[in-house]
Amino acid sequence: MTTFSKDDVKYFADFVRIGLSEEDKGNFSAQIADLIESVSNLKEVDVTGVEPMTHPVPMINILREDQPKDILDREKMLASAEDQEDGLIKVPDIL
Amino acid sequence: MNFETIVGLEIHVELKTDTKIMSPAPAHFGAEPNKNIHVTDIAYPGVLPTLNKKAVEFGMKASMALNCDIAPIMNFDRKHYFYPDNPKAYQISQDKRPVGSNGWIEIEVEGKKKKIRVERVHLEEDAGKLTHTENGYSLVDLNRQGTPLIEIVTEADVRSPEEAYAFLEKLKAIIQYTGVSDVRMEEGSLRCDANISLRPFGQEEFGTKTELKNLNSFNFIRRGIANEVARQEKVLLSGGTIQQETRRYDEATGETVLMRIKGSANDYRFINDPDLPEVHIEQEWMDRVRAEIPELPDARKARYVSELDLPEYDAHVLTLTKEMSDFFDATVKAGADPKLASNWLMGDVSAYLNAESKELHDTPLTPENLAQLVKLITDGTISSKIAKKVFTDLAKKGGNPADIVKEKGLVQISDEGTLRTIITEILDANEQSIEDFKNGKDRAVGFLVGQVMKATKGQANPPLVNKLLMEEIKKR
Amino acid sequence: MTLTSKTAAELQALLQKGEVTVTELTNETLKTIEKTEEQIHAFIHVAKEEATARAEQLDQAPADARGPLFGVPVGIKDNIVTKDMTTTCASKMLEDFVPVYNATVMDKLEAAGAINVGKLNMDEFAMGSTTETSFFGNTLNPWNTDYVPGGSSGGSAAAVAAGEVPLSLGSDTGGSVRQPAAFCGVVGMKPTYGRISRFGLTAFGSSLDSVGTFSRTVEDNALLLGVIAGEDDNDSSSSAKQVPDYKAALTGDIKGLKVAVPSAYLGEGVDAEVAATVKEALKVLESLGAVCEEVELPHVQYAPTTYYVISSSEAQSNLSRFDGLRYGYHTENAENLEQAYFRTRQEGFGDEVKKRILFGTYAMSADHHEDLYVRAQRIRTLIAQDFDKVFENYDVVIGPTAATTAFKLGETGGDQLVHYANDVLAVPANLTGRPALSVPCGFVNELPVGLQIMGKHFDEETLYNVGHAYEQATDFHKRTPAIREGN
Ligand SMILES: [Mg+2]
Ligand SMILES: [Zn+2]
Repeated sequence: MTTFSKDDVKYFADFVRIGLSEEDKGNFSAQIADLIESVSNLKEVDVTGVEPMTHPVPMINILREDQPKDILDREKMLASAEDQEDGLIKVPDIL
Repeated sequence: MNFETIVGLEIHVELKTDTKIMSPAPAHFGAEPNKNIHVTDIAYPGVLPTLNKKAVEFGMKASMALNCDIAPIMNFDRKHYFYPDNPKAYQISQDKRPVGSNGWIEIEVEGKKKKIRVERVHLEEDAGKLTHTENGYSLVDLNRQGTPLIEIVTEADVRSPEEAYAFLEKLKAIIQYTGVSDVRMEEGSLRCDANISLRPFGQEEFGTKTELKNLNSFNFIRRGIANEVARQEKVLLSGGTIQQETRRYDEATGETVLMRIKGSANDYRFINDPDLPEVHIEQEWMDRVRAEIPELPDARKARYVSELDLPEYDAHVLTLTKEMSDFFDATVKAGADPKLASNWLMGDVSAYLNAESKELHDTPLTPENLAQLVKLITDGTISSKIAKKVFTDLAKKGGNPADIVKEKGLVQISDEGTLRTIITEILDANEQSIEDFKNGKDRAVGFLVGQVMKATKGQANPPLVNKLLMEEIKKR
Repeated sequence: MTLTSKTAAELQALLQKGEVTVTELTNETLKTIEKTEEQIHAFIHVAKEEATARAEQLDQAPADARGPLFGVPVGIKDNIVTKDMTTTCASKMLEDFVPVYNATVMDKLEAAGAINVGKLNMDEFAMGSTTETSFFGNTLNPWNTDYVPGGSSGGSAAAVAAGEVPLSLGSDTGGSVRQPAAFCGVVGMKPTYGRISRFGLTAFGSSLDSVGTFSRTVEDNALLLGVIAGEDDNDSSSSAKQVPDYKAALTGDIKGLKVAVPSAYLGEGVDAEVAATVKEALKVLESLGAVCEEVELPHVQYAPTTYYVISSSEAQSNLSRFDGLRYGYHTENAENLEQAYFRTRQEGFGDEVKKRILFGTYAMSADHHEDLYVRAQRIRTLIAQDFDKVFENYDVVIGPTAATTAFKLGETGGDQLVHYANDVLAVPANLTGRPALSVPCGFVNELPVGLQIMGKHFDEETLYNVGHAYEQATDFHKRTPAIREGN
């Protein structure tokens, strides 16, 4: 049986900034333990010498010329932000 | 116990492209906040990066100039971290296959040459700018988000603050020569972090290192490293241990200050970015880019010494910036004596630029008019002293030095008859000095020469004055 | 016959000649949607005003400026970005989000004269296979409203099946177009990776995602794909390959077609009646001249977990941008930045999304990166090689689209074995970047069954031709759910 504790849940949730209630932690610890258990079958496969596949249809050298275009209107951008000040996006402070 | 200083440097250089590395928004310094943006820079749902060809070529160029191997195949990776200046919560960077690797730069400190190895040069996007306010919130400007950067990482080969300084000076010159960046620290287009550790001499393994940030000038880097070395030494000598931490150089106190302790929880979870296809750098492409790299400082320096007979020191100073070196080359080409041209550029010209906080291209000075000035000296039309007066005018207004000389009546007096008349008058009025000289007081001649120069407003040809004066004294 | 029961091709015949005005068709469509929505809830947002205004505008357009989808109503999955129209991804996180730009597919639809009539329901951020994880409530299967429409493009499939629209767009990361197409008895295409621009498709698993097309006939599907496919400067992974005339490929001639049927595709976990239905369909194809043979795919059993690791890892990366700072939901009264991040993402994401983000973070974290994430990528290579080998000798790979018919509401797909069988069928097309088409091929207990035809990269033409030939030989696509007859 794979175990994935509430602390484990919190450890990984902290990386991705997801707040969790105690109940959440319990639920996710069980669910993720199951997932880890189920993906353990991947360990059966001999992958020596096999290159990882990162792109399903390989392409190369897709490059853009260095010419400015499609500049976004600042006011439209700011309209979706929570708050703004003098053209800047206002966000909560670090501390 | 004696400790050896071990320093590795990480330098970020902003590339001078017209657009960002992953979006077609303009990449310019100094626009109004959030005006240089593309939907991709805001990380809206559904946006995708598009790779700027010029940024790739600039990365190749810089890598080549730093003697790196160029990756035949490179790709881009996502580096994950949350911060308001990083809209996607990942930075597109190069983890496993950077554009350049295994390079080096040769530096010279106290007459000793040394190679500092460059571990890697990778391309990545810059973050936006976050400004903290006094009122409990921060402000985000995403203009800089996506500006192309190269990050240059050295091996831990630097052994002193002076070596670090020499490395950066050289790096800056090389990058500037390639034309891929302005490399201006004050505008943030060159930024440097230093990893510093100490180890007892003779010990193989490295000690624990600290990372020093906020190094805003080459001098601060030198001082910051020196200070951090002293701090670590003190800790170690008193039996303490160094902890892995990030420190900040405080310009006001000259000391390094703890920013944060590095936890092990710094997990960037790199993944190959599926949105960006691989880049294959074929030989032909590499050759084409390499052909665009101009002669670099080391090569120029060597040429100045071997072909133009300049002292090493002159060759070094003249090649620190491409503009100065180009200017020097053109001045010599316009017919100036190399050593005199060098003296002028390193002396009066540099002093003038410093005093005025100007670059050569901001002044009316040209290689042609400086060469003319030098020629007026070598052909005896004016003395070096008069030339300084001419230069003052030339630097301000430009024009033809010969015209300035004529206009101001500054032509050197080399006519023997004219000078002899003046000398005779001066000797008549200074019998005592002649007496003193004959009694062995050599200084008296200096006084007499001075009188002649004063009478001719400095325009008399000095060697001729000396010669005629001696002849006339002997006659008496 | 009502206007809304017609195919896009039939509507084109009427609209181009001016026998029906765009406004008439649009009004009729909006009326049908209004009635039908009470029963199936396929839409998150019905764009009544926008569609009406656009119809009037199109009616003014000169006859020679009419595109190939002139006046045709199309529904859009709500993870495809629509300028000035909410794009929620069925999440609280984007409940009120109004994009400032259009997805490339939206620009193409507009240029072709299509009318966007609204945004379709889905599983939150396309994570799910039932449309039950939507923040806006689930969609019901038009064939039987006790059942799910499938997912994640459940709204897109249900809207077409119920006759609300003849065409719709969905997205397919691990079967999310084909499975709901099968559950709702419509045609669904996930084309080759890179065939359609992803610019403006909210990313889930970037190396797996594709926009997909829904229709009631193969011909309509070919028409729609032809309009939205093609290279896009804004998507570096979009292919420069010429877009063929898909309609011209519909010859109906499949003599000598070599069909591979993987043994796993009719094996364990696949419902016996579904398997029997698919075998019948294979017989139909054989009767048309196709040659069907069983093949082995040695690594396909690892496809589900490989997919799960890769899709979750990419998802945690892609969904990290949702932090409430620049757009989208944000928590109230956060005391500091960290609190704002944690609370916004706690409150804005649903449980399924959180679970996948957490698992993906685990799989990519330093300790597991090589042995889970990179290992999965290596196994992905092996799976792709298995298929490459099969396609050296065969034109298409055929099996059921899904292991069962639609699940009952709240039953999320039955036991682990069925789940696994479903994923074995669905995810290889995404892992290998191959095109796959689902066409209706029968019914089990009055619920539709889908036939999946997978093909060579960029060979959508063959898939359409096989689907079309099968369609011509059968009547399943003509059967309509009772809901439609009521309209
Ligand atoms: Mg670094
Ligand atoms: Zn960096």
